[in-house]
Amino acid sequence: MPAGVATVSDAGNSDRALPDGVQRRTFDGEQSLATRGEPVYGEPTDGPWRAWDPHRSKLAATIESGLDTGLAGDDNVLYLGAANGTTVGHVADFAGRTYAVEFAPRPVRDLLDVCETRPRLFPLLKDAREPATYTHVVESGVDAIVQDVATRGQAAVAARNAQFLADDGRLVLAVKARSEDVAREPEAVFEEVCAELRETFEVLAETRLEPYHDDHLAVVARPR
Amino acid sequence: MTDDTADDDTATAGDAWFAAEGPVGDGDLADRVREESAATPDDWPTVAVETGFVDGEEEYEAALREATLSAARETVRERERADDQQLIHAIRAADDARRTANELAERVAEWGGSLFELDVDTETDTSDAGVAYARSVADRDPDGPAETRVVALAERVATLADEADRLETYVEDHTPVVAPNLAAMAGPTLAARLCSLAGGLEPLAKKPSGTLQVLGAEDALFAHLRGNAPSPKHGVIYTHDYVRNTHPAERGSAARALAGKLTIAARVDHYSGDRRPELEEELDDRMATIRARRGGDGE
Repeated sequence: MPAGVATVSDAGNSDRALPDGVQRRTFDGEQSLATRGEPVYGEPTDGPWRAWDPHRSKLAATIESGLDTGLAGDDNVLYLGAANGTTVGHVADFAGRTYAVEFAPRPVRDLLDVCETRPRLFPLLKDAREPATYTHVVESGVDAIVQDVATRGQAAVAARNAQFLADDGRLVLAVKARSEDVAREPEAVFEEVCAELRETFEVLAETRLEPYHDDHLAVVARPR
Repeated sequence: MTDDTADDDTATAGDAWFAAEGPVGDGDLADRVREESAATPDDWPTVAVETGFVDGEEEYEAALREATLSAARETVRERERADDQQLIHAIRAADDARRTANELAERVAEWGGSLFELDVDTETDTSDAGVAYARSVADRDPDGPAETRVVALAERVATLADEADRLETYVEDHTPVVAPNLAAMAGPTLAARLCSLAGGLEPLAKKPSGTLQVLGAEDALFAHLRGNAPSPKHGVIYTHDYVRNTHPAERGSAARALAGKLTIAARVDHYSGDRRPELEEELDDRMATIRARRGGDGE
């Protein structure tokens, strides 16, 4: 762990980091993060609130593990690797304009259902490795980029998309070690990815996502 | 779209998705979302208001939502139109056309041989020899009713063989769209054959690797299950270079390793659809290990 990077050991005292529109609520006797929106994948609900499961969402796991993501309610967000929309739906529940980039057509079918009930969630069937294919749609100066792409070169994807991020914006990244190299030790992969990230970003905090997600590292960074 | 008397130089729509020229019809903006690009991103919502595309942010968001939703829907629909069932029809049609062309070519050879001097040039020893002879017969000027019939039949053989070629080209072009990882690792034709034997990409993705390994070797498999034959080492994947050109003693290992990776590729293609080049590298590594046991490629 490099010097100067905050790590969080006390996950219990993290509510100050919750963005507006995200709350801790009780579902079936269990505490969980929650956002307000139409349910999309059979998650438990409580009135307008729906549970946000950290086992299904790396961003929820990042918040649960106490990392200060810097996300705020009504932020405009560029979400890379939206997949079937599980997480990006929760983001759109509390954020402002949310651009959901996903390249594979099959999950986008589900993502479209999530978009139906969310007026400020915009699906883009584009490759996050080729931001030039959506520079004419995604606005510059977004408050946050949330990245969860399962491809090799995750740091390069973040660097190429940095052009969309406001100078004081935040990159919230889930690095999947097995996408970079299945055979290598996750620790070594994380170090390499973070080193490459530091060419474009200043890393503010990082933490492993166990027990929610194996071999994943969450990173919060801002443009250099 | 906006008048030139605008009072500052910041508001140009430039390459923005909403900067269509002329009147905007249904779907034009969605097409721009799908196809266009800009040199750099800009504060598009503000630009849209300043250039008069919309009156305010809410209107911008509604327009952007409509354009992105219909663009995404259209792209999904296009990609799915190239689905696995079309591919299965095409590969089966290609096989039918090829088999029928060869069968009719034999008839042409037999019949033509009784009417014409054998054209020595065309008697080559390739698998295409029958069709090549039929093509040479098709080029003849028939003399009399019997020759007219055999030349007409030969023309059918030639066009049928051409159609088989075109069907195979279609399969090669479209398999990578339907099953990108499987096509990259197995080659498009073998990938389509595996889908065909399994009945689709989904059934293939649900099969265990040991089943994929012997797809196309059902006769041998059932002989084995009846108890009077060894288990087959490979089915149609025998056509893959990694099996065919591996030393016979290691072919079982090679077929097992290949089938394992192809099964994963089929699952990724069915359930996620993104490209995973690392799968190929893992297979290449594994094959290098297996082949190294015999000190290189097989005979």
